[in-house]
Amino acid sequence: MTILPTTRRALLVGAGATLVVPRLVVPAQAASAFAPTETMRGGSNNYRPDAPLVDDLGTGFLMYGTVLKAGTGEPLPNTRIQIWAATPRGGEREPSNHGSVLTAADGTYRLEMAQIVPNFGQAHGHLAYDDAAFRTVFLRPVMDSASDTTLEANFILAPA
Amino acid sequence: MRRAVAVGAWAMLAGAILAPLAIAAGSPWLAGRDPVYIIAGFAGIAALALLLAQPLLAAGYLPGLHPVQARRWHRMVGGGILLGVTVHVGGLYLTSPPDTLDALLLVSPTPFSVYGVIGLWSVVLTALLVAARSRMGLRPAIWRIVHNALAVVVVISSVVHALMIEGTMGAWSKALLCALVLAATAIAILHLRIVGPLLKKR
Repeated sequence: MTILPTTRRALLVGAGATLVVPRLVVPAQAASAFAPTETMRGGSNNYRPDAPLVDDLGTGFLMYGTVLKAGTGEPLPNTRIQIWAATPRGGEREPSNHGSVLTAADGTYRLEMAQIVPNFGQAHGHLAYDDAAFRTVFLRPVMDSASDTTLEANFILAPA
Repeated sequence: MRRAVAVGAWAMLAGAILAPLAIAAGSPWLAGRDPVYIIAGFAGIAALALLLAQPLLAAGYLPGLHPVQARRWHRMVGGGILLGVTVHVGGLYLTSPPDTLDALLLVSPTPFSVYGVIGLWSVVLTALLVAARSRMGLRPAIWRIVHNALAVVVVISSVVHALMIEGTMGAWSKALLCALVLAATAIAILHLRIVGPLLKKR
């Protein structure tokens, strides 16, 4: 099931118009055996579907992580992860801040990019798995410090 | 001598308002930002800085101002704060509609945005309260209590909002400005609404 960002927002709005919805803070690796990673709140903001495959999005900063299959925990090779963030090149809507990478045989991915800078008050990145084989997941990891030069984001994907 | 004190007081107020703006103008994070985002950010800083002038004008602490003048300035600065907040939120919307809508609808992942939204609506309510002052028929004493209660909400929510944000403001100038805004608001309200009336009664 693909949850479109607008639908998701409308859904949250409906549920949370009066009460404050609890924060969807999900540890990257859930305690139970390879439970699927949940989409993070705001994860799909400024998403541009089908970001081109790139060698890098600049230099000086590393986005990395592992992509596993839910339940079994087996690494998922050749899986497309889309990445975007605000950098000195521009904001999250700047096309040169959007790119895709494929995971290696061991399920890991890495993308060198320009330094992520605080945007809307928090230094954070955006990542998406948005292809046919598994359920769509949008992540929005927050950096501990704006001077960090790496950011890890892991996916555990459930079959679509 | 009196004149020197007055000039000093006004210079300190001008410095307290302008220094945080000047320091933010040197932020390295401005490099990748669109002009609209930069304007939105500075409108927010300006609105926060103007909060410092409001209690000082309301309580008549600024030397050389006739009370009628001070009242007029208080109202104009209030309009300035409303304008600043409007440009802040409008500019953020143009910069990133989904992030701004999430904040306005209280579904944002950032914990500070809820304080910004509380501040926004408190400023809007204050403007309505001022605009409808004569029509509402509230007793002046009650009107003042409502106005002051809203002002306290505006100040506290704005300060929390600003302190939690990692943005272009310098950490020290932001903390100092926030401390001054809190202190000026607390002193003016205690003086005008609690200590003053008690002394008058005796």
